[in-house]
Amino acid sequence: MNDLWQSSKEKHMHKLDFIDSASLRTDIPEFGPGDTVSVHVNIVEGKNTRVQVFKGYVLGRQGHGVGETFTVRKVSFGVGVERTFPVHSPVTEKIEVLARGDVRRAKLYYMRDRHGKAARIKEKRESTIARQQGEKVEEVTEA
Amino acid sequence: MTNISRVELNVKGLLGTKLGMTQVWDENNVLIPVTVVQADSNVVTQIRTTDSDGYNSVQIGFGRIDPRKVTKPLAGHFEKAGVTPRRHVVEIRTGDSGSYELGQDLTVESFETGQKVDVIGKTKGKGFAGVMKRHGFAGVGASHGSHKNHRKPGSIGGASTPGRVFKGLRMAGRMGGVRQTTHNLTVHAVDPEKNLLLIKGALPGARGQVVLVRTAVKGA
Repeated sequence: MNDLWQSSKEKHMHKLDFIDSASLRTDIPEFGPGDTVSVHVNIVEGKNTRVQVFKGYVLGRQGHGVGETFTVRKVSFGVGVERTFPVHSPVTEKIEVLARGDVRRAKLYYMRDRHGKAARIKEKRESTIARQQGEKVEEVTEA
Repeated sequence: MTNISRVELNVKGLLGTKLGMTQVWDENNVLIPVTVVQADSNVVTQIRTTDSDGYNSVQIGFGRIDPRKVTKPLAGHFEKAGVTPRRHVVEIRTGDSGSYELGQDLTVESFETGQKVDVIGKTKGKGFAGVMKRHGFAGVGASHGSHKNHRKPGSIGGASTPGRVFKGLRMAGRMGGVRQTTHNLTVHAVDPEKNLLLIKGALPGARGQVVLVRTAVKGA
């Protein structure tokens, strides 16, 4: 059932995908909620451009296609700061994935109510990531 | 015959199918909402001039149709122009109708990026709609003792004077499904390979609807 739904989803393309494909970026790494990322944004000040880095964990991704956005949260000087970026924005210089988070939700809004030790996100183990990407992992079993 | 002094604009027009809306980034890295119109297979089917018809216009045909479904009079009309029959035919008043040729193919290159256009289409039908949706009335308060009286129009006129409801008073009724012209939209991009026009903003009608795109006639 699940397979059927997925295959039909892939077949069912949107009518305007061929226009959107020009606006989509291919150099964006895979990342999801809980991942720690640093987003490098080009900022134009008059004639100068400089790169501003915003580092935090991904609270969630919203929408799909050209208009897809993601929200990054960080705690700066004791104050929670959230910034939403379009995934495919040409302004973004690059997105670096620094760590994979082990989370069970698509939207981590509960993190807003957490402070101190409770506001940590467990890091995903390397083997879990590899298995997700379809690689075979040798299980280390203790005798 | 009295000569009506009327300024005849050189209007270019194309029929097309509204494919839908999406967003594209422009050169200033701003996300622009655009409607995509596919305007292929446009062809000149008739040319009217002051000498022959008393006014200048050009008639264009658009859209595929099974030739067996075309009525004999229409089939003859298309044959006269030397083109395969089209589903939709529209006439555009333009001063430079003499510069067109019968059977000439019209492409999206009639328009250029940044140009202002008007788009004519048939709006989506909304069915029988109340005054709040149809005419933007404010309705009645949600609380303060209002009872079963939240989306009603209120008073529709006086009592014994005038003793009737004035003609044209805005009331509930059928909404949508009417011809609408949206003026002065900007052409965001033209794709001659795929015969596409990307027009900034929304156009009247549902996806798949036939719309007429023409050069703006009223100016900003």
